[in-house]
Amino acid sequence: MIRIENVSLRYRTTPILHDIDLTIPKGGVTALIGPNGAGKSSLLSLIARLQPLQTGSITIDGLGVDSTPSPELAKVVALLRQDSVIASRLRVRELVGFGRFPHGRGRLTQEDCNIVNQSLRQLDLTDFADRFMETLSGGQRQRALVAMTLAQGTDYILLDEPLNNLDMYYARTLMQALRAIADENGKTVVIVLHDINQASAYADRIVAMKGGRVVGDGTPAAIFTPDVLEGIFGFRMRVETFDGKPLVLHHL
Amino acid sequence: MTIISVDTPTRRRLVAGLGLAILFLASLSVGVGEFSLARVVNDPEALQLLLISRLPRTLAAVLAGAGLAIAGLIMQTLAQNRFVEPSTAGTAQSAELGILLATLLLPAASLPIKTLVASGAAMAGTSVFLMTAHRLPPTQPFLVPLFGIVYGGVIGAAATFAAWHADLLQFLSVWTNGDFSGVLRGRYELLWFAALTVAIAWLVADRLTIMALGRDASIGLGINHARMMQLGLVVVSVISALTVVVVGMIPFVGLVVPNIVSRLMGDNLRGTIVCVAASGSGLVLGCDIIGRIIRFPYEIPVGTVMGVVGGLVFLWLLFRRPDHA
Ligand SMILES: Nc1ncnc2c1ncn2[C@@H]1O[C@H](COP(=O)(O)OP(=O)(O)OP(=O)(O)O)[C@@H](O)[C@H]1O
Ligand SMILES: [Mg+2]
Repeated sequence: MIRIENVSLRYRTTPILHDIDLTIPKGGVTALIGPNGAGKSSLLSLIARLQPLQTGSITIDGLGVDSTPSPELAKVVALLRQDSVIASRLRVRELVGFGRFPHGRGRLTQEDCNIVNQSLRQLDLTDFADRFMETLSGGQRQRALVAMTLAQGTDYILLDEPLNNLDMYYARTLMQALRAIADENGKTVVIVLHDINQASAYADRIVAMKGGRVVGDGTPAAIFTPDVLEGIFGFRMRVETFDGKPLVLHHL
Repeated sequence: MTIISVDTPTRRRLVAGLGLAILFLASLSVGVGEFSLARVVNDPEALQLLLISRLPRTLAAVLAGAGLAIAGLIMQTLAQNRFVEPSTAGTAQSAELGILLATLLLPAASLPIKTLVASGAAMAGTSVFLMTAHRLPPTQPFLVPLFGIVYGGVIGAAATFAAWHADLLQFLSVWTNGDFSGVLRGRYELLWFAALTVAIAWLVADRLTIMALGRDASIGLGINHARMMQLGLVVVSVISALTVVVVGMIPFVGLVVPNIVSRLMGDNLRGTIVCVAASGSGLVLGCDIIGRIIRFPYEIPVGTVMGVVGGLVFLWLLFRRPDHA
């Protein structure tokens, strides 16, 4: 369980997050949605201790993110950043292998290698495993970064817009893979999505943010209604029901 | 294709090791004194020459080369920029200023103490560089080396001014332009600390590779980013200060060697750090040998030769069509 209590954040004098109180239960897929600049990435970077907490507290399974040693947290929570750039010339397999660093602090055991191979397979990267990252396409690179995050093997997986650059096929494959590791391995996935229909189809729970506040928290059926969506995104959209799930015609 | 690429690193390592061994023997054989390696066995004078002058000089080149290449690599990791190295980022200039001040203020101090002062100055100078480098916009990678050159220039000018004031300009040139001709047994041994720092770099190779992925990736994988920055800073500063004090600064080694190795073998440092060190040794040894034979029996300082060779290699690196292996 991730508990966020009274968390506010400001850059110099600009407030970014206002008194966030949020509990994300263990297990399942939680989608974080909201317009650009809502503070989604900022919140994730606080949970993943990439910046210090200014006020309030965040705990993951009872471990305070500001008080638990960083190497310990690295075995509990992994974050894929929205704008990761890999400037190093690393092969895909090497990069994914570094996801295992928190466990062996370096040398890969046979088990580590198996996990790396499994992550590569999950993202259909086996054929690219020995290529340098810079020789991949944008979507292939994104998949390699996701594979690295999954290889970290943490119970909590935070993904900031992982569908960026992915084509429809791989977007769907990734959402299915995340669903599967949540259902079968009991992982907790928190994922920032702009495609709210992906959120509707694969998430158990939607957390909506706007202007640095949590403005909605509930099942897809509860959040994806014309009124709530208008409150979040500022325009009216048609919502249909398809296969028992809300389908938002946001592009019309 | 796959089979070859599996073998290539091993083959490259073999070739590199062999090349280094040849350069090592060549360096032992080249010089003004009557000498050939074959005579060492039964000629005590030749043996003396070898032990007092040739071997120390060769070892000094090997140690300084390895150290500077590793210092450059770590500097590039810390600054997140491939175009910096100690001699273009104010590290060497700060060390020069430090050793100058130590000479002025503590004339009686021993060489290790002065080296310590120089290391401290190098650390201070490099910290300021790194703090500034991290504030520069990452969209403009050439700003960092440009800033480094200007910054180093300012510190270098301060050192020159202080040296001129104290009538120590000849001393300063000993530190700013690397030269192995004065290396004798008993005068280079401090450089063995460079070997120690190379060993440290090898031990933390995985961490350095992750550091190169950026601050967020490092923290995410549980690396103490701040402490690694400090460790890297100490390693870079100590290597630079040792080189400046013992043989004088040698430019470009830290720039071209890590870049070439990265092109050929990638950036997974656990696999490449030994090659970086060995190539640095080879480059410095090679340049020292060139400096010794090109105007035989006179010598051209290795710093000058490296200025030309390293500069050319660097231009080639910049203009060569990038190939994606
Ligand atoms: N380093 C920074 N300095 C100043 N303001 C910042 C900084 N980083 C983010 N912000 C501001 O904080 C707010 C929240 O940013 P954040 O990246 O968390 O938004 P987001 O919800 O992830 O948006 P997006 O959907 O575009 O990724 C934005 O208004 C942004 O301008
Ligand atoms: Mg964002």
